[in-house]
Amino acid sequence: MKLTCLSKGGGYHCPPCHIVNLGGLQFLLDCPLDLSALVIFSPIPIDSNAVLDEDSDSENGQKRQTMEKALDASNLIRSEPCYKTVTNLHLWDVSFIDVVLISTPMGMLGLPFLTRAKGFSAKIYATEAAARLGQLMMEDLISMNMDFRQFYGPEESSFPQWMKWEELEVLPSALKEIAMGKDGSEIASWMPLYSAADMKDCMQKVQTLKYAEETCYNGAFILKAFSSGVEIGTCNWTINGPKSSIACLSSSIFVTSHAMNFDYRALQGYDQILYSDFSLDANEDTEDCVMTAANNLSAISDNSDTNHMITELLLNTDDSLEEMEKLAFISSCIVDSVKEGGSVLIPIGRLGIVLQLLECLSSALESLNLKVPIFVISSVAEELLAFSNVIPEWLCKQRQEKLYSGEPLFGHVDLIKGKKLHLFPALHSETLLKIWQEPCIVFCSHWSLRLGPCVHLLRRWCGDQNSLLVMEKGIDADLALLPFKPMAMKILQCSFLSGMKLEKVQPLLTMLHPKVVLFPENLRQHFGGSSSSSISFIQYTENVTLRIPKLNLGPELDIATDFASQLRWTKLTDESINIARLKGELSVEHGKHRLLPGNEQVVSSQSGLLMHWGSVNLQSLVTSLQKMGINAPVEEERNGAETEYILHIIEPNRALININASRTIISTGDEKLASLIFEAISNSLDGI
Amino acid sequence: MAIETLVLGAGQEVGKSCVVVSINGKRIMFDCGMHMGHLDHRRYPDFSLISKSGDFDNSLSCIIITHFHLDHIGALPYFTEVCGYNGPIYMTYPTKALGPLMLEDYRKVMDRRGEEEQFSSENILQCMRKVTAVDLKQTVQVDKDLQIRAYYAGHVIGAAMFYAKVGDTAMVYTGDYNMTPDRHLGAAQIDKLRLDLLITESTYATTVRDSRYAREKEFLKAVHKCIANGGKVLIPTFALGRAQELCILLDDYWERMDLKVPIYFSAGLTIQANMYYKMLINWTSQKVKDTYATRNAFDFKNVSNFDRSLINAPGPCVLFATPGMISGGFSLEVFKQWAPYEENLVTLPGYLRCYIAYCLRQWYCVAGTIGHRLMSGKPTKIDLDENTVIDVRCQIHQLSFSPHTDAKGIMDLVKFLSPKHVILVHGEKPKMALLKGRIESELGIQCYYPPNHDTVSIPLTHYVKADASNAFVQSCSTPNFKFLKISGMDAELGDERVSEGVLIMEKSGKAKVVHQDELLEMVGGIKHEVQFGYCCPVKNSNIERTSDSELSSRNFGLHKLFAKLSTELTQDSIQDCGEHLQLGSLCVSVCLRDNCGYRTADDSVGDKIATTNFCCTWSAADENLAWKVIAIMKTLDLNYV
Ligand SMILES: [Zn+2]
Ligand SMILES: [Zn+2]
Repeated sequence: MKLTCLSKGGGYHCPPCHIVNLGGLQFLLDCPLDLSALVIFSPIPIDSNAVLDEDSDSENGQKRQTMEKALDASNLIRSEPCYKTVTNLHLWDVSFIDVVLISTPMGMLGLPFLTRAKGFSAKIYATEAAARLGQLMMEDLISMNMDFRQFYGPEESSFPQWMKWEELEVLPSALKEIAMGKDGSEIASWMPLYSAADMKDCMQKVQTLKYAEETCYNGAFILKAFSSGVEIGTCNWTINGPKSSIACLSSSIFVTSHAMNFDYRALQGYDQILYSDFSLDANEDTEDCVMTAANNLSAISDNSDTNHMITELLLNTDDSLEEMEKLAFISSCIVDSVKEGGSVLIPIGRLGIVLQLLECLSSALESLNLKVPIFVISSVAEELLAFSNVIPEWLCKQRQEKLYSGEPLFGHVDLIKGKKLHLFPALHSETLLKIWQEPCIVFCSHWSLRLGPCVHLLRRWCGDQNSLLVMEKGIDADLALLPFKPMAMKILQCSFLSGMKLEKVQPLLTMLHPKVVLFPENLRQHFGGSSSSSISFIQYTENVTLRIPKLNLGPELDIATDFASQLRWTKLTDESINIARLKGELSVEHGKHRLLPGNEQVVSSQSGLLMHWGSVNLQSLVTSLQKMGINAPVEEERNGAETEYILHIIEPNRALININASRTIISTGDEKLASLIFEAISNSLDGI
Repeated sequence: MAIETLVLGAGQEVGKSCVVVSINGKRIMFDCGMHMGHLDHRRYPDFSLISKSGDFDNSLSCIIITHFHLDHIGALPYFTEVCGYNGPIYMTYPTKALGPLMLEDYRKVMDRRGEEEQFSSENILQCMRKVTAVDLKQTVQVDKDLQIRAYYAGHVIGAAMFYAKVGDTAMVYTGDYNMTPDRHLGAAQIDKLRLDLLITESTYATTVRDSRYAREKEFLKAVHKCIANGGKVLIPTFALGRAQELCILLDDYWERMDLKVPIYFSAGLTIQANMYYKMLINWTSQKVKDTYATRNAFDFKNVSNFDRSLINAPGPCVLFATPGMISGGFSLEVFKQWAPYEENLVTLPGYLRCYIAYCLRQWYCVAGTIGHRLMSGKPTKIDLDENTVIDVRCQIHQLSFSPHTDAKGIMDLVKFLSPKHVILVHGEKPKMALLKGRIESELGIQCYYPPNHDTVSIPLTHYVKADASNAFVQSCSTPNFKFLKISGMDAELGDERVSEGVLIMEKSGKAKVVHQDELLEMVGGIKHEVQFGYCCPVKNSNIERTSDSELSSRNFGLHKLFAKLSTELTQDSIQDCGEHLQLGSLCVSVCLRDNCGYRTADDSVGDKIATTNFCCTWSAADENLAWKVIAIMKTLDLNYV
């Protein structure tokens, strides 16, 4: 097996990207976009003259050079934005990729670039829910990007103006680093957004699966997706090949309150685990106390209660309680704002958080009897929310209970019915204007603060000190807010759980007990600490191909017993080994090799023995010939170093046997005699 | 070893489906239904046949319920809460959501009839808490060795066929299924699986149904005609399944025809059921699914709640009311009011062989319900009790669509899956016998239709595990092209992908399959070639030897032999290689040596000059062939070829 980590990604919105080579096949894990890089572009200017005026633009260019330190809105690139794909994937020949496995909706945002590439023919697998959400996210991106295209007009060449060297040269260093990477190589990864047709074409190539549904690639590889708990439809893939198996462990959350929990038990029994949950921040301050917990655990690992203890540790609900507390806190901040007459803008891109925040928020408003309208504005808002209410199979136990009691799965259904929540595809809608009132609470795209309705609303409210912006951590807030400065608006930045907590990693791996764990180099200090375990830990580095030695020798074969009973066994002179010739049809089906009786006879060849080895024992040959009534005097003939024995037979018919160290020739015109001699010779040799 | 199938219910009948299958030490109960045709102990499967001591937890690995109809789920609360089964239970999400509604509905009916309570509401809740819901195609590992998987079955929402696999043995239990899609559900769908056993329902073992479209049209026509004349339509129905199907049909028709006549649901039940259907939209047909975001098909536009005061309100309307058989409750109340007017219409479930009707017919026969009396002919007067006589003048329309597969569907499924054995359940004995005959004669698959309490035992295919070497697997997966026949210029190429290898069994019992070429290395031997040789003299009576050079005469003989062999051995491919003929390992060439080693003696055929010697060598694999060739040569005269 070979592993190449193409990108470590950047948290929830940009999952990592790997290539795994297994049994000669290339598996690509995820194909994301780095949407946080959109911040180098300017949002659509309000004053259209500002951009169209070439002079002022070049003036700005000069300004950029001279005023390196004070970055301002004018430094941002004024152009239809490009989208940053995985740089290292461009160095890969897409026609050599056999299978693409999608583990999160965000992991498929870059997929249309791949599927439209020449020579691409891989099979793509994603869970049903991830594919649906991914498609909605792409549709939203395309629709938001359309505003830019309308504003700037169609790009004249496929090579955008801003990517020219002279333009890049004058970019402030903060922007330059995002655009080009540290070594300048990343400039190649920017692409103008794909079209709706590209996206549609891409979706047609995606084969969707349920959680734990088995699918077989090529007859030999069984692929399964198991819930990872991060978001609706996200999963961890397992690949079971004839020679080895691997579980790809991406960011996972054990207990959640929207998506189905992390199905970690399903990852048991795999030879290798590819650990790619990069959500752990190695510099987290809780690190020390965390490590002691893990050490304690390994100390008692031979205790029979361990598994029980591990389960308890993994499934403790502290994390999810913590998340609920966060949401309650955010709700209270929002309520405070609206009470003071300020509107609240929530450009959060995580579906699960939005759905839960809607519930939390509405009950907070209700308890205070506040009548503030909530809007969700997005081209896909209606579909997204409708979808979330028809997928009980993809949700956590508490949500499923709602199905059993006949209640909607999420609170937004009743909010919409009660006219407390309004969905609109865009800001410029007459019905929206009719019911619009401020203060209000708006959920909208996009979290990069460069695209979508949030730009307009942010401009509208950024000067109001009573208003509140709720945004995610993990994006460079300074840079993101640059076009909206000076800001009087309050800002609440929140980070949400998006992967495994460090203290759970070691107990999880102990429980799963693979032979090999592949882990990212930067998490070195957290892995392989306990030397007592028989798991070998191998670290991988971004863009370096890692070879993992073979674990198994060969595939296992199933032979039908009714078939096996017909075998003709031969005992070797060694006595400890029996051998038999097999002939049948080998079927490779669902990762299993089976030998089935073919149409032909099972045991071929009349005489049975077709291959001989060893050397002829002359004495026993003569004796057995005699028993058959054949008299064969031996004549010895030396030919240099080689000795040849010649046996002349006259009765019952003429025959001649020439024997040397590696060959025996039986010469006779008598068929019956020939087979008698053959039998005698076979008996004095090993054969099959 | 064998698969043992114990039929506890639905053997040669419809009702209380319950089959217990034992495979390699695992024991699975498929369905746990009740028979509504009986009011005594026969209503439940005889669970004592599973375990005399009543220790069900240790005698069953799990229970699988295929769908929410009472003949499949009805005995479950009794089995878990009264008999005390505590092990795992699996069913699909919709079945887990809607099953309790069906059970509760049934419990209430029993209650109203003043019967002894079999299980309480609390029992139903407790029972459902033990259920693990599964999604379609999700592979569920019940324990280390037992794997199960659900496949879409149509029939009712959430109905599933279940696949179960223990080790190398696999089977499918279909439950009820429908091979053709209807208004709200898709057709049954399953993968091609390698099965030892298929247990299938056979409700319509001999019927082939006409198009559902025509029957739908007929229904809509009757309804439309009635409301156009200002009449009222009463559709007595069960809360789940049929109500949604007809409602989609009507709602859609209303839209198309732009009708404004109100459609009502009688209080509570059906509206609430629609709530479930809305969330379970992914279990409906593709067409219904595709539109959920803009308009959920179960958000019926033209449908509203019915109020008692509307019974005698003027003007036309359509009313869905429970229960489905007018045995009492609201549908009876409305019936009493509407039946005397001939402009009104009452529809009745007409799926006579479907379980509900089948069971209810027997049940309500005793009770003498109106539904049954209406079905058995068109009465004009019904005596409800001593004081009430209903004068029935309204029109009656029998609904004739059923959610079961017909005979063709069953045959198609059996043919598609090609299991080694088939067991028929959930059908009527004489028809099952006919279907068994068809399956055995047309498909060549052994088929059984055991009565209740019988056990069918089916032998298993077993596999011996062996490690295979890479070279062996490689040799099998690369095409092995062989010249099948060469005659003149035409060569036929064949891919003979037959695997040949050697199985090595060590004393330790470890087995390994290797390619022949690897064997010597494995056992540490040096190859010893054993060959046959014979220098065969062939008559050549052409004495007038001209001044031909030796070479040409030699080739002349060889070519003649080739011509002769080609006509004699049409099955095999002989190659003329100029200097020699090749046939498998057999090599034939003209021998000019005076004392050839392969010539065993001077057994020349008379005149030495009139003889051409052909030297033949071959190995054991082509023994038969070689002797066939030699036999031909021995009787040959080259001059007469
Ligand atoms: Zn049914
Ligand atoms: Zn049934």
